[in-house]
This record gives sequence, structure tokens and C-alpha cells, in this order.
Amino acid sequence: MLKQIEGSKAVAEAVACCRPEVICAYPISPQTHIVEGLSRMVKSGELTGCEFVNVESEFAAMSVAIGASATGARTYTATASQGLLFMVEPVYNASGMGLPIVMTVANRAIGAPINIWNDHGDSMSQRDSGWIQLYAETNQEAADLHVQAFRIAEELSLPVMVCMDGFILTHAFEQVDVPEQEQVDLFLPPYVPRQVLDPANPISIGAMVGPEAFMEVRYMTHVKTLQALELIPTVAEDFTAIFNRNSGGLIRPYLCDDAETVVIALGSMLGTIKDVILEERERGTSIGVLGIISFRPFPFDEVREALKSAKRIVVVEKAFQLGIGGIVSENVAMALSGLPIRSYTVIAGLGGRPITKASLHALFDEAVRDELKPLTFLDLDQELVDRELIREKG
Amino acid sequence: MFQVRIHGRGGQGVVTAAELLAQAAFDEGRHAQAFPSFGSERTGAPVVAFCRIADTEIRVREPIMTPSAIIVQDETLFQSVDVFNGLLPTGYVLINSQRSVAELGLLEFGSTERFVTVPATELAMEHLGRPVPNAVLLGAFAALTRVVSIQSVIDAIGKRFKGKLAEGNSAAATAAHDFVTSALGDQSKEKTHA
Repeated sequence: MLKQIEGSKAVAEAVACCRPEVICAYPISPQTHIVEGLSRMVKSGELTGCEFVNVESEFAAMSVAIGASATGARTYTATASQGLLFMVEPVYNASGMGLPIVMTVANRAIGAPINIWNDHGDSMSQRDSGWIQLYAETNQEAADLHVQAFRIAEELSLPVMVCMDGFILTHAFEQVDVPEQEQVDLFLPPYVPRQVLDPANPISIGAMVGPEAFMEVRYMTHVKTLQALELIPTVAEDFTAIFNRNSGGLIRPYLCDDAETVVIALGSMLGTIKDVILEERERGTSIGVLGIISFRPFPFDEVREALKSAKRIVVVEKAFQLGIGGIVSENVAMALSGLPIRSYTVIAGLGGRPITKASLHALFDEAVRDELKPLTFLDLDQELVDRELIREKG
Repeated sequence: MFQVRIHGRGGQGVVTAAELLAQAAFDEGRHAQAFPSFGSERTGAPVVAFCRIADTEIRVREPIMTPSAIIVQDETLFQSVDVFNGLLPTGYVLINSQRSVAELGLLEFGSTERFVTVPATELAMEHLGRPVPNAVLLGAFAALTRVVSIQSVIDAIGKRFKGKLAEGNSAAATAAHDFVTSALGDQSKEKTHA
């Protein structure tokens, strides 16, 4: 149903339609509204057959999620920022044990310094945790990706993180066609677990594996993760057939086909970038943008195909590897190996710094003239940094 | 695209105001995007919320820096916040105050037919019994800009609030709408005579 609704509430309603059986969460802004909404639905009886477990920490949240999922329950949780870091140990266990937990990460910066605002530092730190990572561009996509995430997770027996920009999406009150129960029931079959912890038929999950087989187990998880590259587009097609709209998939090109310059980005900044690209096109600039939805697994072939005729690419990302540079750009570079394409990395929007149209226009104009530095920090106050560096030297 | 920036103090309901406005626009079949200025909100501290309204999908996510209209829920904000920052030359200004624009010493910031004050807190006290001006100001906003109708504002209030809260806010918003309509009418009469 088409509604004017807060992003978090839309996600809560979409998750409720997926008939989760266990939801556990420790509230952390900005995802609090999601689990608040779900806890209300459980208490009021609107969401039946679901146990809401209030836990004492994020570590406990993921631990409870692992226990619940291992007994065969469809399980959901949500977190962000320091909360995600606090649950890291069980996050790895969930993927290692092949448990199809779905978790929202309402993206937020990681301290220190303390910062409550949006960037991708939290989920990017978990890019190698063995979870599938999908990044939502809009609240519509955030709601839809959650519905798709349960299918992807359960078909592969792997956990899925749905990443949506904290505050920018979670707190935006806008139009969302919220998935309805009948549609979701058509799309998402009941969860049939591959193995179940059951006292009547005891088994071990996540037991010790020695040097003779650990590598094989990890490799199997790698292979399963790669299978998502085939599954994610299929699931998106099935979704379109039932819900009559496009959401999800691996990548989303916009005005890319003939573009000499292609911008690459993840998440909600794609909206602002698209507006800028359209204005640049009207001025005669040959430019487009490629949105990456599935960051893990990384769709190397699709990215290479979409970018193969570009002259240059500009990867704009909301996180970076200190001492190295871009994270997304490093992955894109792997996809473009051997192609004669100039590449620029732009770190933007850290700790909630607004990514403005004016700054993007200036940035893309510089890129098109090949005057951009290989690694640029958008709107960085260089003078302030230089002054501090001198002061620290004493 | 019509872009509104709402200034207030923590507790006055800037976010609710932005969402009510977005709801009113949505009910009229348009696209709307309301969002807060994200931060640690403290009661009484200056806060901002935004609302964009357009006939097509709204993709942009930057804060509103060149508003088509500003709503100021608390006249004491002028001392600490540059509420007019980036306001378009054709922009509207709506201020919650018992005083006139001239009495506030703000005549330099806008033309009179686009710049009005309305005693929203007093109207809220009269109709609602609480000094909460946010929904009330949207009635005045509808009269000033005609971007949404007063009926859509009342419908949005009805969706958000229940019982006496909805009735009081609707009555106060209607009163604020009438106040601004009549103030603008007086201005245009004065112009005709001049």
C-alpha cells in the first residue's frame, strides 16, 4: 500500500510481513524505530507467531539470533555503528554456521571521535564477515530488500545484512509502497531449514574443525556466497513479477551506456548523484552513474560489463581504509583489471557530512577534465588539517 | 520543487510539522520528503526540519540550503540562528509571533505579501490549551503559500492525532489560516488604495 511513512516504520512493516518467528535486538539509534515498531506489533498481536526478545547487548542480540535460527526459526535483528562492532564475534559465527539471519544495519559512523551520524564505516568493517551485504538507495528499496533478503538467506543458508543509510533513510518520511501480506506470502515461502537443533535428534552445529577440514569449510562458504550472484537477480525478477516494481538485483546503471565518465556509489547518495548527473547531461557532459546494490558478493562481471566502454570512473564512497584509501574503489579496480580506464576515488560524507549537489558538480567537472587527484576527500577543510598537523609536530 | 525549512526549539515539534506538511502534499497526490536535521536534540535547543514537495519523484538527499519558504516557530531564534540563510528572493517567511514584521525589525528580509507573522502559540492555547504552535502554523502556511490546501492540512492533522488533540489543532490551524488570509487581504487592499 502506498503510504507517506518514515523509512524505519516502512522497514518494520515489511519485516513483519515476512512472518519472522524470533526478533531480538538491543536498541541503538538510528534503527531503534524499526525494532520499536516490531515490538509493538508483537505486543499488540498484530504480528503473531513471533517472539520478541529484549536482550542486554548487541553481542546477546546476535547470540540469541544464532540460537533461534539454529532451531529453525526465521530470525531478524537490527543494529548500527558501535552496536555492530560489539556483536562482531557472533556475526562471524552466524555466517560460519550458515544461519539465514536477516539483519538491518542502519549505517552510521564508528568512533572515536564519537559521532552519531551516517556513513558506511560500520557495515564496511564487516564486508569480509561472510554475510551477504545489500545496500538500499531509497526507503522503497530498503523495505523491498528486506523481503528479498529472507528469500536469499534461506535459499543459500547464509545471513544477509540489509544496509540503509542511518537518519538519511531511516528518519526520512516519504512515499513508500509498503509490501502487503498477501504479496509477501506469494513471494516468500515458509522457512525450511537445512538442519535443525532439536533435542529429540541431537546434532552439533559450529563444532570444532581442525586443520584437516577448516579450509574446506571456509571455501564452501565462499562458494555459497558466490552462488548469490546468480540468485540475487532471480529473486529480484520474482519480486518484480509479484510486486510490479523493480527493486534489488546486483547493480543499477543510470545513463551509463554511452557515458565517458561513470560515477560509482552505494546507498542513498545515489539519489543526489542522479540529479547531478541529469543536470550534467543537460550541459552536454557524457556522464552516468552505476549503483552497486550487492557489495558482498561483489558482482565483478556485471560491474566490468557496465563500465567496459567508460574512459574514466569516479568511485564515491562513505568509508575508507586508513592508510590505503577506497574500499569500494579497490573492488571496482579488481573488476576492471586490464582495462584502460582512469580511476578516481572520492571519500565523501563521513560522519554525516552532507553530500551536496554543488560539491558533486564541482567534483565531476574536475574529474571530466582529469584534474582530480587519485584520492580526494570531498569538502575536506585542508587548511584546518594542515594547521593541526603542524601543531602536533610541536 | 518547493522546499520548506522549519526552525524551532527542541520540543516544539519541528519534525512533526515537516511530516504533517509532507502528509498533506502526499494526500494531494504529490511527492514529499520530510526529514530532520540529524543531531542530538535537546529540549529548547535550536532545531531544524525540512520538507520538499514536488510533482515527480524526489531523489535529492542534501539538506535544504535554498528554501522556497521558512517557518519560524519561535521568534527568539533570530538572536542565535540565521534563519533567512539561503532563502530564495521569491521565498515565503512565516513567523510565530504576536508582533508584526515591522515590530520584529525584519522588514529588510522580505516583501510583505510573502512575509507574515501569526500568533500561533496564542491560537494553540485558545483552541488546544497547549502552547504547541507546529500544526497551527501549517494552517497559516497553506494560506500564505497555497502549496497545500487547508483541508489537506486538517486531514493530515486528523491522521496524526486523535480526539481532542486533533480537534484543537485543526481548529487552531483553521484560525491561523483565516488570520493570514485576512492579513494578506488587508495588505492587498492597502496596495490598491496606494
